[in-house]
Amino acid sequence: MNTNQPLLRVNNIETYYGLICAVQGVSLEIAPGTITAILGNNGAGKTTILKTVMGLLDDQPDKGSIYFKDQRIDDKDPEQIVRLGIGFVPEGREIFDELTVKENLLVGAYTRRDRAGIRADMDRIYGYFPILKEREKQLAGTLSGGQQQMLAIGRALMSRPQLLLMDEPSLGLSPMLVRDIFRIIRQINEEGITILLVEQNARMALRVAHYGYVMENGRFVMAGTVQELMEDPDVQEFYLGMKKETSVKGYQRWKRKKRWR
Amino acid sequence: MFGQLVINGMAVGSLYALVALAMVIIYKASEVPNFAQGEMAMVSTYFAYMLLISDRVPWQLALLGTLVFAFVLGMVLEFLFVRRAKEPTVLDLIIVTLGMQLVLHGLAGWKWGPDQKDFPLPISDTEVVQVGGVVISYLNLTTMITALVLMGLLYAFFQYTKIGVAMKATQQNWMAARINGIRTNHILGITWGISSVIGALAGVLFAPTSTLDPHLMWDPLIKGFAAAVMGGMNSLVGAALGGYLLGFLENLFGLYISLEFKSIVAFLAIVLVLWFRPSGLFSKHYERRV
Repeated sequence: MNTNQPLLRVNNIETYYGLICAVQGVSLEIAPGTITAILGNNGAGKTTILKTVMGLLDDQPDKGSIYFKDQRIDDKDPEQIVRLGIGFVPEGREIFDELTVKENLLVGAYTRRDRAGIRADMDRIYGYFPILKEREKQLAGTLSGGQQQMLAIGRALMSRPQLLLMDEPSLGLSPMLVRDIFRIIRQINEEGITILLVEQNARMALRVAHYGYVMENGRFVMAGTVQELMEDPDVQEFYLGMKKETSVKGYQRWKRKKRWR
Repeated sequence: MFGQLVINGMAVGSLYALVALAMVIIYKASEVPNFAQGEMAMVSTYFAYMLLISDRVPWQLALLGTLVFAFVLGMVLEFLFVRRAKEPTVLDLIIVTLGMQLVLHGLAGWKWGPDQKDFPLPISDTEVVQVGGVVISYLNLTTMITALVLMGLLYAFFQYTKIGVAMKATQQNWMAARINGIRTNHILGITWGISSVIGALAGVLFAPTSTLDPHLMWDPLIKGFAAAVMGGMNSLVGAALGGYLLGFLENLFGLYISLEFKSIVAFLAIVLVLWFRPSGLFSKHYERRV
């Protein structure tokens, strides 16, 4: 356990889309240097948490507070939050289709002025993803899905974040690519960047993460170290697909009672 | 004869190209055809007129001041009217630009009156230079060169400057621009400012060939819009080429078919282009993910 003060502290936030409460009182803490994963199925509110932290939802969170290194950030714009040292890899890549690969990375470094440092970081990212170096002058919209995901990660790293928020980095990628991406995620983390990861691919996420939260219907229903989560029968059955009970008819009982309810 | 036709077409086409560029720059950023573009240019032209007749500043300085004024005007309009719209649809924004058009038109009529004025730009519309059997007036020459220089500057701006690249990024993906730290609101204001400057240039170069009144830019605006639609509303290069093409076609039509009905060429061109190639003649078409 890391005894340092948390890098990010989210206190009981509630986020609304109109009248719908998508995040219903969520608290979490992220220790520096760790990878934290939020698991959960579609519509649980995982992405909403990241967007709320990033300040992308106007006038949200409705309740609660968010601190990044002792500084309150829940009333700030994304433009300010990036400058404090939080990077964001959005769901579905969201790269700039009609800019070249290189221009995409340069936009990532928009908040910085140190030319030498920017060039060094760009080389570092080309080191992670050599294919991007090859395609440097190509328009980003012509890249494959996996390459676009690499570019989105690289772009977020260009701002030199201390905390990187990643939303479904494995979405729509082949198993091989997913493995590559997660290898890089671990490598980035080992080089000192704290990561908050939102994933549906629980198996992969738990393989790289240190801590995990399980989210359902806008609330966290479980939290713990990866070890604890892996050993939990509910997580095993519902997120890792290991079945324990089989019915007499030979198919899996879908409505097994979850113990956390 | 044909050479003369090309030159005349290019001269008037330069104006259309400027207006088209101004519209496309805003269209790409705010996703709305800015129907106040002509009135913005007209007001800037009146501002130039006031400086020019005051005799207190040399005309070069007056023009420079006009460009500054136009830039501020564009930014102010964006800040006061466009930004106020909360989560607007395209139709909402069109209504906003139409509203701005009415306001500016009324303002000009109230401040400077509806009468027609001579625009005293000291570049002659009647003196000509002769190059290989083709005559061209000093004003037309200036217009053509201004347009070309401006296009070069715009290209360099979008290609090589940080803020130019940030502007392209903002146009392509608003959310992604914000998470990379781009202050998209500022960028939008600057976009409107630049567009307004280009429009003002068109106004100042057009006014000497016409007369200055609040209706000054109606014709060039429609032609410029037609040129932009022809070239593809999403492409700066397309808009410029569309401007030249329209100027050329108009002159061709005027010479061989009918001088009086020259103006219908623009509408004819729009209809034909939308019929056969709705995304524009020169635009590369990208699917936009919703």
